[in-house]
Amino acid sequence: MPQTDLQTLWVYLSTSPLTGLTITLVAYLIAYVIHNKTNTHPLTNTVLISVILLISILQLSGTEYKTYFEGAQFIHFLLGPATVALAVPLYQQFDKVKQLLIPIFVAMIIGIGAGTTAVVLTAKALHADLAIQLSLAVRSVTAPVAMGISEKIGGIPSLTAVLAVVTGILGAVIGTHFLSAIGCTNDAVKGVAIGNTSHGIGTARAFSLSSTMGAFAGLAMALAAILNALLLPWIVKLLT
Amino acid sequence: MIASKSNGIRFLFGITALLCFQLLGEVVVRLLNLPLPGPVAGLIFLLVALTIIGKSKSSAKTAMQDTLQQSSSTLLNHLSLLFVPAGVGVMVHFDKLREEWLPITIALIVGALITLAATAISMKLMMRWMRVKDTE
Repeated sequence: MPQTDLQTLWVYLSTSPLTGLTITLVAYLIAYVIHNKTNTHPLTNTVLISVILLISILQLSGTEYKTYFEGAQFIHFLLGPATVALAVPLYQQFDKVKQLLIPIFVAMIIGIGAGTTAVVLTAKALHADLAIQLSLAVRSVTAPVAMGISEKIGGIPSLTAVLAVVTGILGAVIGTHFLSAIGCTNDAVKGVAIGNTSHGIGTARAFSLSSTMGAFAGLAMALAAILNALLLPWIVKLLT
Repeated sequence: MIASKSNGIRFLFGITALLCFQLLGEVVVRLLNLPLPGPVAGLIFLLVALTIIGKSKSSAKTAMQDTLQQSSSTLLNHLSLLFVPAGVGVMVHFDKLREEWLPITIALIVGALITLAATAISMKLMMRWMRVKDTE
């Protein structure tokens, strides 16, 4: 009976982790080809296109995120070793980074203070939930770390991860153009600003533009994870 | 980490080293109750290790550096891919986002622009103030 065979096959496909893993890679490769065909235009961001493709597939097939993530977690897991791997480009650029360490530190603390204040007060003025305000405060930290901080300060961890990815895409799409428009041309300055705003996704974009920008973005992303973990509980207490 | 002529085994060594450093980071963070995420601690440890390797005169020095370099760039070249599963998570929050999409969108855009501008401008001013030579 072909009908039942197809049903069994469907049940297998929709619950096996293999499907989630495979469609993630296929969606990313399609996004990657589109990104290259459009001369790496920032609007054809690979994360953005992959996410839209995957959500469409999951919605059309009625698959739950939890089921999908059972396969996709193998990719998600690599965020940890990838964070550690940032030490290598950082080490290679260490001489450039060393003389800029104090400006980077000060600029990042000011950036985190101003950005968090702006984001929380804007959300508050527009009557967003307190939990949403708190989740928004952690938007500029790389997703796995952001979830931990969000939990500590009373946000919603899984929503925080999403907001972090959206901010990441936003900064990757508008970051370099916006910075050039306000008169920043230095790759080190651009890298630090993008890493402090758009963590890993911004770093990925920065690496595709120049290795100096990428290394500084990576440094800023790592520092942002540390500084936000230390500063956000205090900033948020003052704001809410 | 032993130097090997085969690329496959070299990649395996590199990935294992990265995982070891992450594990070390996670263990230290938990033991000392630090507010740091484990992978970030692992990054700091690897940076220290690279500095030590760079200063050593061991014959395996370049082999170790190449091994780490290769596995690190393999992971970092497609860093974007690793954020896709978390990004798809947006579908879980469609209901909440439908209710509050306007404040969230405006806050995210305002936040991104202000973080970018405040960081970049204050870094430029600090560099001018400290007279750090422009690297370009």
